[in-house]
Amino acid sequence: MSHSAPGLNYLNHSKGFKSWALTLDHKRIGIMYMVAVSLAFLAGGILAILVRLELLGPGETIMGPDAYNQSFTLHAVLMVFAFIIPAIPAVMGNFVLPIQLGAKDVAFPRLNLASLYIYLIGAVIAMMALVNGRIDGGWTFYAPYSTSIGNGILFVTAGVFVMGFSSILTGLNFIVTVHKMRAPGLTWNRLPLFIWSIYATSIVQVLATPVIGITVLLLFLEKAFSIGIFDPALGGDPVLFQHFFWFYSHPAVYIMILPAFGVISDLMGTFSRHQVSGYKFVALSSVAIAFLGFLVWGHHMFVSGQSAVSSVVFSLITYLIGIPTGVKVINWVQTMYKGSVQLKSPMLYAIMFLFTFSIGGFTGIILGVLAIDVHLHDTYFVVAHFHYVMMGGNVIAALGGLHYWWPKMFGKMYNETLAKIAAFLVFFGFNLTFFPQFIMGAQGMPRRYYDYLPQYEFYHALSTYGSWVLAAGLFLIMFYMIASLINGKKAGLNPWGALTLEWTHTTTPPDHHNFHDTPVVTRGAYDFHLAKHLFEHGGEVTELDLGGDGSAATPEEAPVPNEPVA
Amino acid sequence: MGENGSVWLPDPGTTLAGEVDSLFWFVFWASTIMFAMVVLAKVYFMVKYKRANESDVPEPVEESKVLEAVWIVVPTILVLIVFTWGFDVFVKLYSAPPDSYEINVRAQQWSWEFSYNEGATSYTELYVPVGRPVKLNMTSADVLHSFFVPAFRVKHDIIPNRYTSVWFQAEEAGEYTIHCTEYCGTQHSGMNATVVAVSEEDFAAWIAEQSQDLPPAILGQQVFAQCQACHSVDGSPGIGPTMQGLYGMERPLADGSTVVADEDYLLESIINPMAKIAEGYQPVMPAGFSALSQKQLDGLIAYIKTLE
Repeated sequence: MSHSAPGLNYLNHSKGFKSWALTLDHKRIGIMYMVAVSLAFLAGGILAILVRLELLGPGETIMGPDAYNQSFTLHAVLMVFAFIIPAIPAVMGNFVLPIQLGAKDVAFPRLNLASLYIYLIGAVIAMMALVNGRIDGGWTFYAPYSTSIGNGILFVTAGVFVMGFSSILTGLNFIVTVHKMRAPGLTWNRLPLFIWSIYATSIVQVLATPVIGITVLLLFLEKAFSIGIFDPALGGDPVLFQHFFWFYSHPAVYIMILPAFGVISDLMGTFSRHQVSGYKFVALSSVAIAFLGFLVWGHHMFVSGQSAVSSVVFSLITYLIGIPTGVKVINWVQTMYKGSVQLKSPMLYAIMFLFTFSIGGFTGIILGVLAIDVHLHDTYFVVAHFHYVMMGGNVIAALGGLHYWWPKMFGKMYNETLAKIAAFLVFFGFNLTFFPQFIMGAQGMPRRYYDYLPQYEFYHALSTYGSWVLAAGLFLIMFYMIASLINGKKAGLNPWGALTLEWTHTTTPPDHHNFHDTPVVTRGAYDFHLAKHLFEHGGEVTELDLGGDGSAATPEEAPVPNEPVA
Repeated sequence: MGENGSVWLPDPGTTLAGEVDSLFWFVFWASTIMFAMVVLAKVYFMVKYKRANESDVPEPVEESKVLEAVWIVVPTILVLIVFTWGFDVFVKLYSAPPDSYEINVRAQQWSWEFSYNEGATSYTELYVPVGRPVKLNMTSADVLHSFFVPAFRVKHDIIPNRYTSVWFQAEEAGEYTIHCTEYCGTQHSGMNATVVAVSEEDFAAWIAEQSQDLPPAILGQQVFAQCQACHSVDGSPGIGPTMQGLYGMERPLADGSTVVADEDYLLESIINPMAKIAEGYQPVMPAGFSALSQKQLDGLIAYIKTLE
């Protein structure tokens, strides 16, 4: 069966700088996001290695306190605002979401391109802080410290403000796309869980991001014009800043983790070749978590001076949100039950996620206990907890998604053996880096400390050694991924035997217009038992599943797709 | 890590720290057991249901409503238990007994100042009596700080322009580390001090020794740290009038009369601030300063007299 003009796909149908810089193709925009967030991750990662190196022993190791304080701050700002928040939604969401919906693009392709440029402009503005004064104090920018230092804060807040618009516009775009552009037959109950989770994420992006925008704007105004909002010396209230900040930044945690839930759901379903257990629960709880996530910000402030009553309420709601998350983990594990489990490298990351994210989740429950949080707040226990959630959750899932969709994106297979070695290094290095931080945190080691008491040296050293193993794993991934582009084996149409439309109804890499004809969906995203015909010849599906949609088989017969409407 | 401590938690230095630890261990082990169950199930399924035949397509599994209910209900009950328990201990952690010995703590970049009602002031060591509840009334002179004693499991942010408090009752004589745990700049990690818990007698002796012999104006300057949030000493405006040049001036009052700011006026304004309100200011000064000792009051007045 022929299915595309020979050799033409979204990567090579047009050439030159302008064909990329001005593209409206969601796939190319996704790839450009991938390059941008990878650079942010690389820069943030190198800073992390330097921070860990400094902490190898007490006292000065490689840098002084000011350099250290700025390094960990920049690491955090880059990782949170320039990497984790856009990583899965902007890269995989852009590339995969329209295809999984059976659409030819997102609802507003020009807005999508604008989002990319807004993100890049914001990132550049934030980085200008580096040459315009110091910026330290961590990514939380608590007032009045943040307004007492140099002008760097003006650039970072402006950068975060601008990047926020990118996040809002991407979210808006995806919400409309999911509502209006699903292929015939693709009912809400048949949607891939990746779509559900990106949809839930988009709701949070649209509703929460304006709050951080306003907050950093107020901080900017206070710094620039000495208007008293947060600084008590000017008549402001520093605790108010924390309320504003966490009103966004706790929901932002779900902007970071919900997309990971989606990737993991797709991976568990595909590599277990089985329906994702509790599909409706997993789908709807993502949306529920998106809304409940707005009601727990105060659990970051148990010792901050907020009223005791609000601390109690926030603690209780935190548990309400913990339960559906825990049940999701059980659902993912249960998906393997009586399934057909294949441990390819993407699945290794899903398995790894269940381990690391569960530790992140359980330690979150420990931190949610009011009396225990008093002891653990602002110690390395918290640092370890959020790295288990953010890196052990989001980044591990992103790596799984990257390994899963890479063949579709570039039409090349990476070296599976190297991928498995790298997965092991990442798993081992990650746990060696961050698990000792739980112990030293519980012992009382405060976070954001340049220097520390000798009693913590053993755990700090372990953590630093772990960061080297982790870095080795991540650089290995970078190496074989780039190598695969040069001399990788050609990827098949559907190497994992997945059932979502990007695998069953598009070529590899996808055609410029994704589909020649709109696919008609006749089964759910994980109804493998309804697609037995695809697997008659073994695990790797080599034919497109065009049954039922009557699509034109040859490019000559294919209707010319309409230009996207701006 | 001591004889009573573990790999995870430092030796508890207070009875309440022991209660926090019991709660920690309950949540820790409940979490560990549930985590182990998840991991075991995961590994078992991975091995047991490994793909044997590439063309295998397993049938969907009928989902058990009972099982689903079990893993919603059981964790919910568990978290409600730890929530209630955590709430209970939390209330104790922040409810200082009424007979607590109070110490004023002033944090600033990057040092601590501990002021005792008897007049003593210390900076790197917080002396406290063993076996007696101690309440710290804390405020910051500049940015946010946080008071943390790992051995006591107490922590609270210290905020400029506002008092926050923690309390503890040291059970054994000894030294316990104090950390600042809210980022406050270059030397944040150097902003440490030590709780020195000593017996009642030793404490009384230390206080007596420390509170003697300071020239009144120097003592007053130390005490005045509590006043600086509202009263400047350099003429700059504040919530209350500046102290600069106050002594001896003809002070206009809110009721239109005037008074000479002599020693009696200063004393009355500290211990009974509502008696005479200075023109242009609100009657908002707290009455708590009447608790200052005669020596501290003398010191304050002597200090204010130096501010010409």
